Amino acid sequence: MSIDRRQFLAVGGSVVASMALAPGLRLIALAEARNPDQGVTNLKRWGILVDTTRCAQGCSACVTACNKENGLQQDVRLDIRPQWIRTVTLRDEQTGYVQTLPMMCQHCEDPPCVDVCPTGASFRRADGIVLVDRHICIGCRYCMMACPYKARSFVHENLHDQLPDIPRGKGTVEACTMCVQRVDAGKIPACVEACNYDGGKAMTFGDMKDPTSEIAKRLATEPSEEIRPQLALDTGVRYQGL
Amino acid sequence: MKLKLGAWVTAVVAVAVFFAAAYAISGGPSKPVPSPLAGVYLGKGTKCVAPLSVMRRYHMQFLLHQRFLTVHDGIRTKRFLLTNCVDCHADPKTQSVLGKHGFCASCHEYAAVRIDCFSCHSSHPESTGANSVMALAPTNSRIAEMVKETEITQLQSDPVVASNEH
Repeated sequence: MSIDRRQFLAVGGSVVASMALAPGLRLIALAEARNPDQGVTNLKRWGILVDTTRCAQGCSACVTACNKENGLQQDVRLDIRPQWIRTVTLRDEQTGYVQTLPMMCQHCEDPPCVDVCPTGASFRRADGIVLVDRHICIGCRYCMMACPYKARSFVHENLHDQLPDIPRGKGTVEACTMCVQRVDAGKIPACVEACNYDGGKAMTFGDMKDPTSEIAKRLATEPSEEIRPQLALDTGVRYQGL
Repeated sequence: MKLKLGAWVTAVVAVAVFFAAAYAISGGPSKPVPSPLAGVYLGKGTKCVAPLSVMRRYHMQFLLHQRFLTVHDGIRTKRFLLTNCVDCHADPKTQSVLGKHGFCASCHEYAAVRIDCFSCHSSHPESTGANSVMALAPTNSRIAEMVKETEITQLQSDPVVASNEH
């Protein structure tokens, strides 16, 4: 497709006008409902906000939903069972206060797993989702060592009956994909959906770069923190009430 | 010198006898070439996503290209998506593209090409897909462009496909 100078100026002008109208107020919502044949862009950054005060002890709705959505088989030996999301229980030694939180891939802006990957299999998608391209993963597990959140798992044994949308296989590393197949189809991750349906409504998913999204509004107005902030990884999963 | 000439004659005769025997055993040119597709369920539709000659020669390249687009760019248009291939080509009896008469397995076994797609990917069709939204998507212009390119440049320069086409 080629456009002449006049068309270019008209389109360019309208884009600039729509963006410059007012900060936070745009005539055209950028990257809203991505065209399926256009790739993801960095105009979005997907993130999850977890309010740990709403995370009930003993609740594992997110874990169950993740296992079901991604077909993580439960008939694997416990010590080598892949785990994309887990609940972590913290106890304050002084006060005895116990809290639970979900822990999974934090989808860092600067992911250590990507830094150490020798083949480029571990990568960060333009919209902030950190993934493993298992076609080129050689199973060296450097990324598992590098991850400060212990978020990745290695598949030790042959698998069977994988789900059509979630290919998984022996000899590769895997982790939370933020349910990329659902996000690409305009849905929210399974853990967030389950938390809002069965759990304590502790999780919020959305585009952190869209100022009108719930997650961006809450991040802007409420206190939240990332785990291990001293590493300055700028995580896409943030927590409240730690 | 004489000895060498004798060896040459013997060799030529031996080769001629070998080919004659091979011809006799094969039953001459009238016998059909064994086909890996005998008894194989070919697919739901009447047309594949690209001309047959193109698919036969280039399906692996389409899949390779699509896998990068899907994993890295999140482009899940159906045309060259492996799940779409499986949805159409899976045998309704076995619900699979593998097995003796499986669409993928039968041909690859015949050609002695071992594929490892299905050690990770499902060989069964998708019943309720998260990608179903994408079915409504317009034709992937980027891939259409690629196909066009393939058809024009590669096919013309490829003697095998070119001879099949014309």
